[in-house]
Amino acid sequence: MLQIESRQFAVERGLFACIQCGKCTGGCPMAMKTRLNPRDLIYRVLVSGNGFNLEGREELWDCTTCLTCYSRCPKQVNPMEAILAMRGAIVEKGKIHPNVKTALESTFRNGNPLKMPRSDRAEWAKELQLKAFPDGGAEYLFYIGCTPSYDPRGQKVARALVRVLGSAGLDFGILGNDENCCASEVRRLGEAGLFEAMVEENTAAFTELGVEKMFTVSPHCFNVFKNDYQKLEVGAKFSAQVQHYTQVLADLTRDGRLKFNGSFEQKVTYHDPCYLGRHNGIFDEPRAILQGIPGLELIEMDRSREKSLCCEGGGGRMFLEGTNPGTRLAQQRVQEALDSGATILATACPFCLLTLEEAVKHLNAEEKLRVLDIAEIAERAL
Amino acid sequence: MTNAARVGVYICHCGINIAATVDVPAVTEYAARLPGVVVARNYAYMCSDPGQAMIQKDIAEHNLNRIVVASCSPRMHEPTFRAAIAEAGLNPYCLEMANIREQCSWVHPVGYPTTWKSMQLVEAAVAKVTRLEPLQTRQVSITPTAVILGGGIAGMQAALDLADAGFHATLVERESNLGGHAARFYRTFPTQELAGVLVQDLLERVNQHPRIRVMIETEVTDVSGYVGNFRVKVRRNEEFTEIPAGAIIVATGFETFDPHLKPELGYGRYPQVVTTMDFEHAFAGREDSKQPLVVHEGSQQGGNASLAEANDTRMDHQRIQIENPKSIVFIQCVGSRDQSVGCGGNGSSAHSYCSRVCCMVTAKQARLVRETFPDARVTVFYMDVRAFGKGFEEFYDQARQDGILYRRGNPSEIIKRGNSVLVRAEDTLLGEPVEVEADLVVLAVGMRPRPDSEAVAQLLKLSRSSDGFFMEAHPKLRPVDTSMAGVFLAGCCQAPKDIADSISQARAAASAAMIPLMRGQVQVDAATSFIDEELCSGCGQCAEICNFSALSLHPLRGKMTVNAVLCQGCGSCAATCPSKAIMVHQFTLDQVLAQMAALSGWDDVSVALEKVETV
Ligand SMILES: Cc1cc2nc3c(=O)[nH]c(=O)nc-3n(C[C@H](O)[C@H](O)[C@H](O)COP(=O)(O)OP(=O)(O)OC[C@H]3O[C@@H](n4cnc5c(N)ncnc54)[C@H](O)[C@@H]3O)c2cc1C
Ligand code: SF4
Ligand code: SF4
Repeated sequence: MLQIESRQFAVERGLFACIQCGKCTGGCPMAMKTRLNPRDLIYRVLVSGNGFNLEGREELWDCTTCLTCYSRCPKQVNPMEAILAMRGAIVEKGKIHPNVKTALESTFRNGNPLKMPRSDRAEWAKELQLKAFPDGGAEYLFYIGCTPSYDPRGQKVARALVRVLGSAGLDFGILGNDENCCASEVRRLGEAGLFEAMVEENTAAFTELGVEKMFTVSPHCFNVFKNDYQKLEVGAKFSAQVQHYTQVLADLTRDGRLKFNGSFEQKVTYHDPCYLGRHNGIFDEPRAILQGIPGLELIEMDRSREKSLCCEGGGGRMFLEGTNPGTRLAQQRVQEALDSGATILATACPFCLLTLEEAVKHLNAEEKLRVLDIAEIAERAL
Repeated sequence: MTNAARVGVYICHCGINIAATVDVPAVTEYAARLPGVVVARNYAYMCSDPGQAMIQKDIAEHNLNRIVVASCSPRMHEPTFRAAIAEAGLNPYCLEMANIREQCSWVHPVGYPTTWKSMQLVEAAVAKVTRLEPLQTRQVSITPTAVILGGGIAGMQAALDLADAGFHATLVERESNLGGHAARFYRTFPTQELAGVLVQDLLERVNQHPRIRVMIETEVTDVSGYVGNFRVKVRRNEEFTEIPAGAIIVATGFETFDPHLKPELGYGRYPQVVTTMDFEHAFAGREDSKQPLVVHEGSQQGGNASLAEANDTRMDHQRIQIENPKSIVFIQCVGSRDQSVGCGGNGSSAHSYCSRVCCMVTAKQARLVRETFPDARVTVFYMDVRAFGKGFEEFYDQARQDGILYRRGNPSEIIKRGNSVLVRAEDTLLGEPVEVEADLVVLAVGMRPRPDSEAVAQLLKLSRSSDGFFMEAHPKLRPVDTSMAGVFLAGCCQAPKDIADSISQARAAASAAMIPLMRGQVQVDAATSFIDEELCSGCGQCAEICNFSALSLHPLRGKMTVNAVLCQGCGSCAATCPSKAIMVHQFTLDQVLAQMAALSGWDDVSVALEKVETV
């Protein structure tokens, strides 16, 4: 039996505030295709007396942590956090999917969930001769993250971004092989203990290095540094000002430091990553960058900004199939992009990039639509 | 004065409220030994008739000239005891209350320390009462006219009642027409009467009334004076007029929630998504029922539409023509009961409140749709249906019997599907997410405070509740009064309500306003500030701090003077004055220091005060 003490659980997470309006489930992209029903989960926790059984609730692992539920809730209940806490209870009992186990173990051992050696982390930047932070005395720390460090597709984005930033003369350094996973996915997979340990470790390291300003490639890393670290006692000292790279680029464009001498003659539609948009309210900066590129025509999909459809890559879903792997949301999203008449589907998140590209392949639409990160588009227009 | 003081002390049990916690007989004995005290007694309920009679009898028999009542908060019964001692021939200001209930028995445990604290409070009150001076209340004659701000349903009704009772009323309306929101409605729940007829009836009576003066396209720019003698300055174009008034009724109404603040619903983006206000307007504007129905987005009144335009210049002024619709969806609670959106613009808190009319507005409009487009499927998404008013539940019953489908669940978002839109929701009774295609979606927008509420509040020195609406003096006992004497509230400016409640409140406000108007005189409290001209240097710091504009520099003497009618006795001036030249009756330095000396046991508290000042 996988029981949680549901009364205390509900009180601690404010679930009694729920009025069962169903807005969370109505907006939840996974509710349509799996058994996941955030409203129903909350209701069952509330009425279960004092013991709610998590046994067999496979749908808990379907949640992509897209945060649509919380963003729609009229009573400021956060179903996503409740789901993460339920995952936590499962993980604590050790009843986890082998893939999750592998990812967590690898994060613990190798500092990344991808089973890659620490010594290869900076391979992507071998030829680039970047400053090492902080010895080079750089203004910014460029935090790369695991996917852009190791995944060949992600590496392209990291390198493109380096060239764009270089052309704007931004003073930054990297941590090289000393960079450690940000632990965002660890938290999303419910491993609270490991998360806490990594927050402690990373906070100590960043404090020691004297990091004041930093930016990331992935909205997931950005989000965890910005919103989750300081909430833990062990991360209270984390004080760096964290930005997503699209914020940095938007600032550089506005100040005239980043100039596009070339052009990008394409119809582009932009997919808002959940962790940039809904989680952090960053909707305008990515669009400002794209609109500043000569020749680029920006088209909006129907579901944009607050309404953006999750690609299904968040919340540990890069490591888990979920209960309905047949129809991935990314495929639906790519179809929407195709319907918009765009030839380029832009995004600003390594997970979105991978899932969307996969979906384009699945739909045999490579001829009609390419998926690119904003950094790559910017690089092409330098 | 001190020597001549003959004090009576009365300690109340307040049933068990005080007596269960405080040793009342011990406090009485203690009081009896205090200097100046002639009698000390206790009784079950001092505020009762026998309790009051006990005091009056002692005044006569023992020739008492100062009274201390140790009981509840003075906010509760100070007026009662003042009246009682006045009846017995004492000056009503020769009373001091020691609050041994709220400040003692209710907040402390049983035991000696609590009783001891009561003793201290009584001792302080005795020390103060011996230094109190008799004060004279004053009568001020009033201007028997009223100004009403806002010419909606509520404002018109209030003006009519005042005028019918014989007073002159000026109705000040910002827009070019009277009637407010109701003038733009088609039919009204729960009776299905035509709004036009209701409004027209009021309008004609207002326009023809010999004692009502209507000023349209007019704004209030300044309000000065006090109950009985306000001066309301108004502006029409560049022309300023000053209207004297004995009372003011605020009836400035509401604005509808701006659904642009919920972008997931696509208002302003999809022409198929409109508000109940747009919908009401479309029906009201239709000449005959054979015409196709044309709904324009953004038909909110005044500031709201322009705000919407400013927010979304891309797609404003969209219109949609409805012919043979297959499916029409209503969504309730848009911008109500919702903590995720703020009031916008004025910094006040979220729309947590229920707007009270939207459930019925939805039922009314859904029934209208059923009638107009009998072939269309009509779905109402709701969280709860609040049909609390007279005839409301029956109206809602009828809506369901008409074949309107009520589905429980509040939609999360609206997306596009070909030429129609898709409403995404969970049907919580099915426990399943659903997608309902619609040719038209009507958002039942709630009410919110008008964007200029803060400006109006400042003009009239009104408070606002946390939801941003104007605050009544007491939610139960004084629902149409405000914290400003002579200023009353009517209609939706105070809180969301329907037409019937707006009219009721308007009539209540009118009759409350008539109280000072009919008396011809108002009594003003004598516990005001006063100036010691020997000490006053005329620096004016007190005038700066005064919220009620009660202080001014005497042009000849070069000293400050107090307008005792404006002064509310708050004491800000006394705290500010660097020369201790201004003080408030009943709270003079001498009186307060005596109280503190009694509490602290120090002989000379002023020494301690000086020390504090230099720290
Ligand atoms: C879509 C909708 C449908 C409704 N249908 C019904 C129904 O069928 N039945 C029912 O009982 N109720 C209905 N109601 C409720 C009804 O609208 C209100 O009860 C009623 O309008 C309240 O009247 P009011 O005078 O308080 O406010 P308002 O109608 O808002 O009037 C206020 C007036 O004051 C003016 N004003 C504002 N500020 C100033 C200022 N500073 N100076 C001068 N003038 C100013 C405004 O221009 C306006 O004319 C409905 C509400 C909505 C939103
Ligand atoms: S975070 Fe997203 S996927 Fe998870 S329950 Fe909420 S809406 Fe559904
Ligand atoms: S949106 Fe919020 S209030 Fe509504 S059912 Fe979900 S958690 Fe409960």
